[in-house]
Amino acid sequence: MARGLAMTRKFNTKGFALSKKKEADEDSSITRMVKSDGTKAGDLVFIIICVIIGLICIIPMINLLARSLSASDFLVKREVYLIPKGINLDAYTTVLGDPKYIKAFVWTVFLTVICTFLSLTMTVLCAYPLIFSKLKGRSFFNIVITITMFFNAGTIPNYLLMKELNLLDNPLVLIVPGCLSVYNMIIMRSFFYGIPDSLRESAEIDGASFFRILWSIYLPLSKPVIATLALFYAVGRWNGYSDALMYMKNKDFYPLQLLLYNILNNMNSVEVATQEGFSTPGLSESLKAAIVMFSTIPILCIYPFLQKYFIHGVTLGAVKE
Amino acid sequence: MKVMTAGNSVAATAEKTNWKAYLKRYWQLYVLLILPMIYFLVFKYIPMKYVLIAFKKYSIVQKVGEMPWADNHGFQYFIQAFHNRDFLNALRNTVGLNLLDLVIGFPIPIIFALILNELNVKWFKKTIQTIAYMPHFLSWVIIYGLAIQLFAPSNGLVNMFITKLGGETVPFLNDPGKWVGTYIFLGIWQSFGWNSIIYLAAIAGISPELYEAASVDGAGRFKKMWHITLPGIKSTIVVLLIMALGNILGSAFDRPFALQNNLVMQNAEVISTFVYKNGIKGLQFSLTTAVGLFQSVVGVFFLLFANWLSRKLGERGIW
Repeated sequence: MARGLAMTRKFNTKGFALSKKKEADEDSSITRMVKSDGTKAGDLVFIIICVIIGLICIIPMINLLARSLSASDFLVKREVYLIPKGINLDAYTTVLGDPKYIKAFVWTVFLTVICTFLSLTMTVLCAYPLIFSKLKGRSFFNIVITITMFFNAGTIPNYLLMKELNLLDNPLVLIVPGCLSVYNMIIMRSFFYGIPDSLRESAEIDGASFFRILWSIYLPLSKPVIATLALFYAVGRWNGYSDALMYMKNKDFYPLQLLLYNILNNMNSVEVATQEGFSTPGLSESLKAAIVMFSTIPILCIYPFLQKYFIHGVTLGAVKE
Repeated sequence: MKVMTAGNSVAATAEKTNWKAYLKRYWQLYVLLILPMIYFLVFKYIPMKYVLIAFKKYSIVQKVGEMPWADNHGFQYFIQAFHNRDFLNALRNTVGLNLLDLVIGFPIPIIFALILNELNVKWFKKTIQTIAYMPHFLSWVIIYGLAIQLFAPSNGLVNMFITKLGGETVPFLNDPGKWVGTYIFLGIWQSFGWNSIIYLAAIAGISPELYEAASVDGAGRFKKMWHITLPGIKSTIVVLLIMALGNILGSAFDRPFALQNNLVMQNAEVISTFVYKNGIKGLQFSLTTAVGLFQSVVGVFFLLFANWLSRKLGERGIW
């Protein structure tokens, strides 16, 4: 508790000092005038609220990290809060030394890359032709697509389809059925609409084919939205487990999240400890934490780099035609 | 369809040659559309034929068309579902949990966006945003893992605090009543930051002149929030509310399935998990297809109704 308060105070003084310093800055004094004439005490209240919200979001991750790095004794004695105690990497060496996790990790990375690439291709293929107002049957295609957003056949019909297509227990079932998201396609289409028609028309007059226009004009201009959708598709695949749960019995093809779910759910601490060959039950606790960290880290690594793109993408999705 | 009627029009011959020229020019676009359309046909439309199973006696050896119709004019399984206590329980939980999500979870992103908008220090605002969006990118399995570490009765972080402060251990994940609170909290925790993006974008679109004019009139911070910012994002709020209302009977699978456990099933079983357990694992295909169909149809009606209501109230609706 004391530590949390101290952290809050540190953040506040920093934030506050900076807002004071910036007051002299012309640029920010303009926004200040426009946005609010609130008092400094009011600013402070909002800063405190935001710091608390930020802490609530991040403390679970810090706690998890601390646990995964702690020595088992301290975990059992309930002494680990936000700072790891008796640092040791046993849990991580166990995870990294176990071919089961490494295999699932590699398989999931592979799946994620393939799915992202395939989904982006499908999304572009679907969105690009639909922006041409001269395309005959355009409204028909749009209706076909829109209906699927409102009506889904349901879990069992989808399961029976996979069965009929011989996709049950086939690794393709984790790739193909989810390879196009209508929602993402609409984001892409909205972005394409934003590209001036005159660019396309001048290329048409010069005799460029539609493939060529897509490749040389639309795709290069769409990098931000492609990055956003790549993030969405990649995160969706990385985080998904229900398709594997329903359609996949062969444990060799379990994605990391399903493996993680089974570990968290089907074994209690003692079982994990004995299975992994450890006598101290505390290690199994840090082991669980380490496994969760292990499957979280890749996302946390790519997320900050793509952040500047995705805000734009999300708001594009809200734009009405 | 449209194309065919156009071909049958009076100037049939002229149309024909135009049609040729048209295809010569535009065939590439149709080629690009082939794969996506096959995708929609196979993975979205073909499953719809299996919806018939809800009205038929399922048999593993027959095709859908050959299966005999169910009793009571085909509605046997719907009647059966509504006499099934587990299903009624799942229905109650689905509606209850979604309503709680809506009532508690819907205003929070709006409030958060309003607060963020009041921050003047850019780097601080950015940092808070980055942190608040992050949980959206964690899978429900990972959040379940986090929840165990946070809420476990013996050595979870929260219970360690509670006992240190002299309180009793709270079984956040194992008591049916407490579980509901934890479920709602984790849902908000995961999505409030992400959902605020859209409101922030709407706020950014409000004309600064309105704020200037209000300042001149002597409006303070809260007056401006109330009289300018909120009305400025009203239509965004209404559209998102419609979508949320339309989804009141919808049920995602990942979140409830990851978070539920045997001790809390009376409050945690929702329609999607009921369908998975009784359908795919329990092989009661007809019953669970009927349940899924009921859910979809009612969901579409909810959506149509909410949209109608919003237009009636003078908002733009979602289509």
